[in-house]
Amino acid sequence: MKVVIIDYGAGNIKSVQFAFKRIGLDAALSKDSGTIQQADKLVFPGVGEASSAMKKLKESQLDLIIPKLKQPVLGICLGMQLMCNKTEEGNTKGLGIFDVSVKKFSNQLNKVPQMGWNNVFDLKSKLFSNINEQEYMYLVHSYYVEQCEYEIASTNYGVNYASALQKDNFYGVQFHPEKSSAAGEKILKNFIEL
Amino acid sequence: MLTKRIIPCLDIKNGRTVKGVNFVNLRDAGDPVVLAKQYARNGADELVFLDISATQEARKTTRDMVLKVAEQVNIPFTVGGGISSVEDVDILLKNGADKVSVNSSAIKRPDLINELANKFGSQCVVVAIDAKQLEGKWKVHLAGGSIPTNLDLFEWAREVEQRGAGEILFTSMNHDGTKNGFANEALSNLSQELRIPIIASGGAGSKQHFVDAFKKGKADAALAASVFHFGDIPIKDLKQELKNNNIEVRL
Repeated sequence: MKVVIIDYGAGNIKSVQFAFKRIGLDAALSKDSGTIQQADKLVFPGVGEASSAMKKLKESQLDLIIPKLKQPVLGICLGMQLMCNKTEEGNTKGLGIFDVSVKKFSNQLNKVPQMGWNNVFDLKSKLFSNINEQEYMYLVHSYYVEQCEYEIASTNYGVNYASALQKDNFYGVQFHPEKSSAAGEKILKNFIEL
Repeated sequence: MLTKRIIPCLDIKNGRTVKGVNFVNLRDAGDPVVLAKQYARNGADELVFLDISATQEARKTTRDMVLKVAEQVNIPFTVGGGISSVEDVDILLKNGADKVSVNSSAIKRPDLINELANKFGSQCVVVAIDAKQLEGKWKVHLAGGSIPTNLDLFEWAREVEQRGAGEILFTSMNHDGTKNGFANEALSNLSQELRIPIIASGGAGSKQHFVDAFKKGKADAALAASVFHFGDIPIKDLKQELKNNNIEVRL
């Protein structure tokens, strides 16, 4: 099993690598298109600001490679958001894998960013095998994906929104499985077993 | 629902955990990595490591410790103490820290907050504020609470929010080490004036104190050290008590 974490210079990706190590798997970091295309499973992480992350993807031409991948791809946090059509953050055009847009939370209802542990519910994918409805996941984000046809998990923060997405081989989670205790590690295991 | 967070704080000196009572008289409470793993297993929502080492050399030890914690611990953690530049933060985040907290360096050079927020995102910038109530006014203090400034707590808190801080860690020096409860009135004012999360710190002595910090103080998270390190309050018991009081927690 070759797991590659796409390393395009956006944010702290060591945490993701360490989480795989804790479940007994050596995941490689790479931005090389050949290595990425030959991987069995890919993780597309992201922490930081959307437009600068997208710029970095373009610099390595990963914006052209990622949407064409056929193996399971797991976008995490900003990674998931960049897999959508567009995001209000920096008015950025995304990879267009998920035909949905990313909006900013209103700080009239709640503090923004949402920071901490919140429930996931309406779980609808093998990614969540043996994960309980209402399980808590760790989230840090100011932008969210609206409820849509690709939704495989929901979360409520003033509004119900899509906290996980799937379309064909592409998966996205808004929460950080690598920081979500044992339940998060279980989701990473499930991803490996897809 | 988003839960209230319980955050054990581990003061680190020369790679070991210590806890100051009223910021002096340090007591040893063990190996930080072992403690961190134990806390993660026992239901802590996050951890804060505060490096109180005096020398650059000792701070390098902390960077190695950060890497070990990131490898072994499956919950988020913040690192603070002695951070004064974008470069310092870059190293800590690369070693696997999720957030950093800045305090004195942000008071001395407030632009640091903007620089960090712009470069790494507000989500990883915690501004720690130590304040003491003197004649009814909350004054911000520097250098682990030892040097008073003219800054007003609430004015400074608003400023750090505007500059891009993602969270505020507010320690009441009047309460810290007393085990008599958190500074709930000041907390409540902060929490209602600002739109970023407020972490309550200083004064935890009983489970009821945490209930009060969330209900009366309207804090988003509560931080404590010695009551956790010495086993006075097991985190699972604390969370059960919070839940019994209709406070949303991760159990």
